[in-house]
Amino acid sequence: MTAQNIEPCGEADVYREEILDHSRQPRNKQVMIDATFKSQRRNMSCGDSMEIFVKLGEGEKVAQLTFDGVGCAISQATASMLTEEATGKTLDEIMALSERDIFELLGTEVGPARIRCAMLALETLKKGIEEYRK
Amino acid sequence: MSWFKKNRQNDFPTYKFERGAGRPYHFLDSAASALTPKIVLEAMDLYYRTYRANVHRGLYRASAKATASYEAARENIANFLHAAPEEVVFTRGATESLNLVAYSLAATLQPEDEVVISIMEHHANFVPWQQFAQRFGFKLRIIPITKNFELDKEEARKIIGPKTKILSLVHVSNVLGTVNPVKELSALAHQYGATVIVDAAQSVGHRPVDFAELGCDFLAFSGHKTYGPTGIGALIGRYSALSQLSPFLYGGEMIAEVTKEYSVWNEVPHKFEAGTPNIAGAIGLSAAVDYMQEIGLDELAKHERELTAYAIAQLSTIEDVTIIGPGADQDRGGAVSFSVENIHPHDLAHILGNHGVCVRGGHHCAMPLMQELDLPGTTRASFGIYSQPKDIDALVKAVKYVRNKFGS
Repeated sequence: MTAQNIEPCGEADVYREEILDHSRQPRNKQVMIDATFKSQRRNMSCGDSMEIFVKLGEGEKVAQLTFDGVGCAISQATASMLTEEATGKTLDEIMALSERDIFELLGTEVGPARIRCAMLALETLKKGIEEYRK
Repeated sequence: MSWFKKNRQNDFPTYKFERGAGRPYHFLDSAASALTPKIVLEAMDLYYRTYRANVHRGLYRASAKATASYEAARENIANFLHAAPEEVVFTRGATESLNLVAYSLAATLQPEDEVVISIMEHHANFVPWQQFAQRFGFKLRIIPITKNFELDKEEARKIIGPKTKILSLVHVSNVLGTVNPVKELSALAHQYGATVIVDAAQSVGHRPVDFAELGCDFLAFSGHKTYGPTGIGALIGRYSALSQLSPFLYGGEMIAEVTKEYSVWNEVPHKFEAGTPNIAGAIGLSAAVDYMQEIGLDELAKHERELTAYAIAQLSTIEDVTIIGPGADQDRGGAVSFSVENIHPHDLAHILGNHGVCVRGGHHCAMPLMQELDLPGTTRASFGIYSQPKDIDALVKAVKYVRNKFGS
């Protein structure tokens, strides 16, 4: 593809009703006091901050997952969806989640301008797992 | 709008292209980069097609013509800003112009010296001084703003003093639209023998700018924000100030003599233009200057002033919208920043973009200002000579749409 043929904004609408619903009424958005571990990350260029709390059950399975923070609709909605998606998964299963899985969760691909917003929650969670395992 | 007579959108090919593709197109991002008129494209095209050669030293027709056109561009830009041709140094843009001065001057500073900037500086006039302060140990002092988004002149008068060696100030804020009293503060800083640099990236091409009248030593601007091509801009420097400044880049053209042991610099401004310059860019920028002068700088300024007032008035009618900048009753630039409660500027700008309303959302390369204002960013609409009231109507309609979408 030559530089002139790129049409970067052909993506589907990221602001579908389901995503806006998660953004308006985020699930599991609360500070967890008895978390097994927590992880915090900031995206300075957006002014976003994300904190994720993990409570582990048997077999390194996530028993409860919550988040707190401020940010755009995409980062907040993805965090909300991820808390539902990752609960019950093992830490290894979470570490295997990729950009593709986030797109599936959102029901759409996210362009380069917003990819960091969409990946903030998963990256924060993975960073927490890596630190927990150290 | 009865007060709006002239629509110049046909001068700018992107309008035809976007309309041809059947897309809505309301370009309100001129503060980031202005559109380019046909005559600029044609001037550059002519160079590439009919006298494509390097400048200086070529002893054949095309090179002689390229040299003459390149130097005529310098003279045209000099006249435009009321400077002498040898006071115009071509650079990649305002960022390179500011870095050129900062690199050359910072190394001369002592630990007790102070450099003064403002909290509303673009990163291009913030980061170099911050980094050099760490490297050379001088003190960086930052003039704050008032609640009305104006430079705090009282504080400025306290900060600028005998220790001030450099005052580097933005003329018009790219976020707030605030116009700073650069002439007044330049005179004050000069009383203490300081060097004064003005970041004029948002003022040149948007209001009459007179280098001699401003009284600063250096002035930086970008061609692509003044209807010229990308990759070209200039540093305007008082001849005596440029003469004292060390070169920033070494290479061809900037030297008069090179031996195995030493080098002698070329004359000002050539000692700052190492390597083959952006010839087409300079020719294009000169054509942009012609375009602006044909319309008239007063007319350009009036056009933006009226649109700015209209935008502020219309946006202010929307619930939960706050204008982040001085009111339309002030002498201000045409960058209109605003925030909408509970909607992140990236979400807003993204959805506006889907509606063909091209604005910018975020920190606008002014993160220290955003921290000061305690905002994650703003959404910014900005105007050019092609902008029309209907573009603002489309913006207002789209902002209302986003509010409904997010609020339901």
